[in-house]
Amino acid sequence: MPKAFTPKVVTANALLEGDVIYLAADDSWVRSLSQAEVLTDEAVAQIRLLDASARHAEAVGVYLADVAPSDEGPQTTHFRETFRATGPSNYAHGKQAEG
Amino acid sequence: MYRYTDFDTAFVAERNRQFRQQVERRIAGHLTEDEFKPLRLMNGLYLQLHAYMLRVAIPYGTLNSAQMDQLALLAEKWDKGYGHFTTRQNIQYNWPKLRDVPDMLDALAEVGMHAIQTSGNTIRNVTADHFAGAAADEIADPRPVAELLRQWSSDHPEFQFLPRKFKIAVTGSPNDRAVIKAHDIGIQVVEREGRIGYRVLVGGGLGRTPMIGKELAEFVPLSELLPFVEATVSVWNLLGRRDNKYKARIKITVHEHGIDEIRRLVEDRFAETRQAFNGADLELFDEIAAQFLPPAFRNVPTDAYDSAYESDPVFRAWADTNLWDHKAPGYAIAQISLKPHGQTPGDATADQMRVMADLARRFGHDELRISHEQNVVLPHVHKSDLPEIHKILKAHGLATANIGLISDIIACPGMDYCALATARSIPIAQEIATRFDELKIEHEIGDLKIKISGCINACGHHHVGHIGILGLDRAGVENYQITLGGDATETASLGTRTGPGFSAEEIVPAIERVVQAYLEHRESPEEPFLAAYRRLGMAPFKTALYGEETGKKARAA
Repeated sequence: MPKAFTPKVVTANALLEGDVIYLAADDSWVRSLSQAEVLTDEAVAQIRLLDASARHAEAVGVYLADVAPSDEGPQTTHFRETFRATGPSNYAHGKQAEG
Repeated sequence: MYRYTDFDTAFVAERNRQFRQQVERRIAGHLTEDEFKPLRLMNGLYLQLHAYMLRVAIPYGTLNSAQMDQLALLAEKWDKGYGHFTTRQNIQYNWPKLRDVPDMLDALAEVGMHAIQTSGNTIRNVTADHFAGAAADEIADPRPVAELLRQWSSDHPEFQFLPRKFKIAVTGSPNDRAVIKAHDIGIQVVEREGRIGYRVLVGGGLGRTPMIGKELAEFVPLSELLPFVEATVSVWNLLGRRDNKYKARIKITVHEHGIDEIRRLVEDRFAETRQAFNGADLELFDEIAAQFLPPAFRNVPTDAYDSAYESDPVFRAWADTNLWDHKAPGYAIAQISLKPHGQTPGDATADQMRVMADLARRFGHDELRISHEQNVVLPHVHKSDLPEIHKILKAHGLATANIGLISDIIACPGMDYCALATARSIPIAQEIATRFDELKIEHEIGDLKIKISGCINACGHHHVGHIGILGLDRAGVENYQITLGGDATETASLGTRTGPGFSAEEIVPAIERVVQAYLEHRESPEEPFLAAYRRLGMAPFKTALYGEETGKKARAA
């Protein structure tokens, strides 16, 4: 049986800054995972991914990342995505410093 | 030290000009990422987890003070005020913005530096013994050969699309501090009947399939060295597997075809390549070698050193661990540890870089080195200046007395930065160093090298650590495997896995148990960890890690 679809967000790195970005429901790129659009339908997710991947001059390495929806917005489910959403653990740099 | 010729300067300037235009075209949307990626990689620009990363080559780890000052400027102006020195003797900036990178490269060119061939399937930065030109045990300075190889390999038309990356390391000493047996080609300066020549090893490497390099030629004279190396790379360029990137490195080619067959093919090819070298390479070598003559050493008393050594225990502890024998009387090689307990291995702030540059200018014949162990070296300092140098280092958090000890850990950036990583390395290194500092036993433990990689690619050299740690992703959780008995020197060996891995919470206590087992079982404090492991085997360490039952099985096996 195929694996059930789990909720996703569209994510990438920004072309100019290189930092982690997420696709919001209004098609803008946002810097914080909490503002990302959570995709619960696989077909919709694939279309959102395709469209976002075509935005060459804005985003690099676009992909779908797993999240768990919560009252505070989407939460990461894998530690790699947690580091991407917050920053490195040795310095308070990256997203965690931007607030 | 080698100074750029007009040709070098023009070459780098032209490449920078091209890259500036490529960046502009990328930003303007005229190039897609697929088109741009190979261009940025050719210039050392990666895209990592949180940002771009610029990898700058420090050829054979040698820098002058003006270059170190410029590295500080880059850190301050275009990054977050620090840089990360790597196991490839390079420096990486973790936070540049795409638009700024052309300016960063221009700033590097001002001091004769660049980021060309620090990525991609080319011959990478040539590395060398960080004590080159200074070590008492050296036959000849390996850097003229390293520089010759660098010039030969830079933009070499035949070698821009190799099956995979290719790394060359050179040592001038029989005591290998350049890990030549874990390189695609390792070159050792040797002497035979009064003549200098080069022993060539091939097919070493770490990563997913670690291999110790094998001897390809026992003695290659200088006149044949470039054509011989060219023949070797050329044979692999045709034979190397392009069907599978995990099998593309020369270590796999050597393993699959056997060293004898490779030697035969290289000799055949060498018959052709040597015809193409007309002696210009030898003239070039002489010009290069003239720029690596030793500085004018002073002959003055070392009283200041002797009295500080007698009276100041902090200085004495630092001198005992961080100094190395220099070939000139009254001189020492001083290592500056970039491993303060609890900090990130290999990181230096812009201020610290300037302090080190200033020390080199004032006391060190204007030379600095970066070691593959992620420390900085002042290769030529007179002992009488060491108390003053130590005072300045101490004032800037650079006087940690731990070279070669358990807290002098090699760690790759791991999942805190690297897009390839499967687990974090840096926090594990920080925690181990902090723990053993609390226990105050690292001097008692003595010579022990821990090396940590955050993925199977082994940038942290874990296979050749006395204790190696490999961070993996096991079902979405960081998991750390331990290997024991690795050795990066002339007696190189690959570590053996102890057994199942440990979680991030368990790994530091596990390392502590390994070390306690060593302390319990060593014959005397003079028997270092590696010797004890080689004598005892795995069993006592398995028992320490996994309990009595597992230890018994290991003994029976």
